[in-house]
Amino acid sequence: MTQAFPFSAIVGQDDMKRAMILTAVDPGLGGVLVFGDRGTGKSTAVRALAALLPPIRQVANCPVNSERAEEVPDWAGVESAETVERPTPVIDLPLGVTEDRVTGALDIERALTRGEKAFEPGLLARANRGYLYVDEVNLLEDHIVDLLLDVAQSGVNIVEREGLSVRHPARFVLVGSGNPEEGELRPQLLDRFGLSVEVRSPQDIEERVEVIRRRSAFESDREAFIEHWGAQDARERDAILAARAALPGTGTPEDILTDCARLSVALGTDGLRGELTLLRAAKALAAYEGAARIAPEHLRAVAPLALSHRLRRDPLDEAGSGARVARAVTEVLG
Amino acid sequence: MSDAGNLARALAALAVDPGGLGGLVLRARAGPARAEVEAALARLPGLARRIHPDTPDAVLFGGLDVAASLASERQVRSNGLDAAPCRLVLPMAERTQPGLAARLGQLLDRGAGHSLIALDEGAEPDEAAPACLSERLAFFADLSGARAGEIDLSLPAPADLDAAATALARTALPEGAAGTLTTLAARFGIDSLRAPLLALRTARALAALDGAGVATDDHLREAAELVYPSRATQVPEAPPEEEDEEDEAPDQPEPDQAEGGDTDAARELPDDILVDAITARLPADLLDPSAGAAARRGPTAGAGAGQRQAGSKRGRPLPARPGRPDGRARIDPVATLRAAAPWQTLRREARGLGPGRVVVLPSDLHLARYETRRDRLLIFAVDASGSAALARLAEAKGAVELLLAQAYARRDQVALLAFRGTEAEALLPPTRSLVQAKRRLAGLPGGGGTPLAAGLVAAGEMATQARRHGLSPMLACLTDGRGNIGLDGQPGRAAALEDALAVARRLRAEGLPAMLIDTATRPGPTAAQVAAAMGARYLALPRADARRLSAAIGAAQDELAS
Repeated sequence: MTQAFPFSAIVGQDDMKRAMILTAVDPGLGGVLVFGDRGTGKSTAVRALAALLPPIRQVANCPVNSERAEEVPDWAGVESAETVERPTPVIDLPLGVTEDRVTGALDIERALTRGEKAFEPGLLARANRGYLYVDEVNLLEDHIVDLLLDVAQSGVNIVEREGLSVRHPARFVLVGSGNPEEGELRPQLLDRFGLSVEVRSPQDIEERVEVIRRRSAFESDREAFIEHWGAQDARERDAILAARAALPGTGTPEDILTDCARLSVALGTDGLRGELTLLRAAKALAAYEGAARIAPEHLRAVAPLALSHRLRRDPLDEAGSGARVARAVTEVLG
Repeated sequence: MSDAGNLARALAALAVDPGGLGGLVLRARAGPARAEVEAALARLPGLARRIHPDTPDAVLFGGLDVAASLASERQVRSNGLDAAPCRLVLPMAERTQPGLAARLGQLLDRGAGHSLIALDEGAEPDEAAPACLSERLAFFADLSGARAGEIDLSLPAPADLDAAATALARTALPEGAAGTLTTLAARFGIDSLRAPLLALRTARALAALDGAGVATDDHLREAAELVYPSRATQVPEAPPEEEDEEDEAPDQPEPDQAEGGDTDAARELPDDILVDAITARLPADLLDPSAGAAARRGPTAGAGAGQRQAGSKRGRPLPARPGRPDGRARIDPVATLRAAAPWQTLRREARGLGPGRVVVLPSDLHLARYETRRDRLLIFAVDASGSAALARLAEAKGAVELLLAQAYARRDQVALLAFRGTEAEALLPPTRSLVQAKRRLAGLPGGGGTPLAAGLVAAGEMATQARRHGLSPMLACLTDGRGNIGLDGQPGRAAALEDALAVARRLRAEGLPAMLIDTATRPGPTAAQVAAAMGARYLALPRADARRLSAAIGAAQDELAS
């Protein structure tokens, strides 16, 4: 893997950057979906985020990145309880991936050569406690989508196949990106993403030129460019860590709860997942900005991210759902 | 469209910076002209590997080498083409499945020095290499109309190419170059920011080729000419608006001025010269909406609700069958072990092995099989003639809209064509974009004759093409059946009916599932006749509203699909 473009050097795309930082502050938010035109820096941002994230501690050689020795699954056969520090895993789920690569399957090598029934963990195991990135998520085969939905919701991967019966934790932040022109995403999968962002090419010439200038500076001298932006990336990383520490102490005033509920009712979102995510995202943002409790402006900032993909979609409605959320926010929050 | 005259420069640039420029889309049918270009490509330095749209992942991205694994009793992995930088040549690029296209795109993005030559053999304007690939490839050349022997393919000597590749790292761009090229891209309506990046890299590669330390205006212009024309979606606005744009452009390089350098040279490069140079190379069909950028988009796909297709790669599992791994199918280990199990005692004895060893022979191997479903395509052929327009066009539109909403729920694709006057017109190529479908439908005018036969011909062509793309087409024809324009465009009821019946019979022979909705206020016998010839389900809906019509079609659709 070549070095990633620094996160802080990405021009504009503030919504996308904010959504990604929020999931880093509170991984329980449930992932980000980035939908947009080609060449708007979707993949660049995800790869940059990987380099930005603080490292995690895990038991050495544990296939599911367990934090403590007692959490290591039996089938892994890890003896030592020694822990090591490593970068947060960001696992790519390639498009044409097979089911057994995702969930894990019978270890063919050991089965064929030694006649042993052993489990070979898949991508879901490797993504535990980290990120699972699906580029072109809307082109993913249906049966893989079904698998992901199930695991993303339960946080546990259960493999019942080829005579194996294995379960292991698989809690990951699902990050998907795609181009809506190439196909729609099923509403069930949409709902599983905590936040959604729609990105566009910047229309401002100045901004576009800046993008090109930075990118070509990056390509001509990577080392120098990364060093130049390293300090800002480090500041961002510190801010994320500080926000994580502050998150439990961030207060939720009663009237914010009411506002959340009123917003969701006004928009007619399905289920309660919308409200829960809205609240969590607002809390993460408050913690990130160093506020003691959630304020209405936090709600206002995250409402489009948390709600716009949960509206009951009228496929023939031409006005974007973003506009509907904005309208409701103005009505409810004034 | 960079015509053949520029091709030599594009190829040379590609030889200098293959990884940075991505590659080339070469649109041409197989023939002497293409063979010549391919021969020139083969002379480029670097390793070339030919792949095809069905190339298995194991070849591209590495995988388990089963035969070697069994022989050596340990897992042997083979390297994929992604391991070392090389030039991938992809013939029949227009048939690339979105999955492969996306993975190739990721491979190009990785910046490991791979380049791709996509040989696009599309016969129709809307058959083209997937947009996510052509977007990443700097160059585009269309050889249609070019004759072998007339294309200038003179490449610099290999030693010069090598020297240029070495010089590339030292070659600089003038300060204002980013501003100039980005502004220019915006004026041609190129939204993606990859285009200016590719143009910048092209300018550098061209400068390196010419041995210039800093790219000159000529290099920038040449780069823009090579990269932009195939991506343009608009011709720059008329002069008054253009001036506004000009105001913005000079603003841009100002911060650079302080940094000094060749800023002034870049600023003085008059945009209009660039605009004119590119405009001269724009494809002629740019202003024709039906053939424009939207139509050049490749087909969309995913696993939908169409016909079942037993493939060997993915989908819902089917029982395994014995066979040798051919690089495309995957081994089913459980079935393989099950087949080997009864023989273990015998085999161990024959080989003098102790207990606990499993002997697997190639004859035991079982391959996993899977079943995927093909996407379904619903083709609406709407009669927009005068006779239909008066009474029922609005209702037909309403019904189609409802069906579109249903198609969305089923993840079907839709296509829309209308026939009126003397010909049929494809309003919307197969798509899942319902908003677009709705917009085209709303703008559909009514009036004129009823060229029923021409409408059916167009529907048949669209269905054939859809099948080639792996879709399962289905036709919903909304008409009053009163055709009065024959295939030759001449009026005459009898001849028109004769033509329509002939076409309908042909569609039936092709096995196109169809339904015909009679939209006449008083249904006549002709529509039923055409439906019978087509083997189509006939629905007479004299006074149906849109909702009843759509319910009826939905029911018929389910019946046909089962």
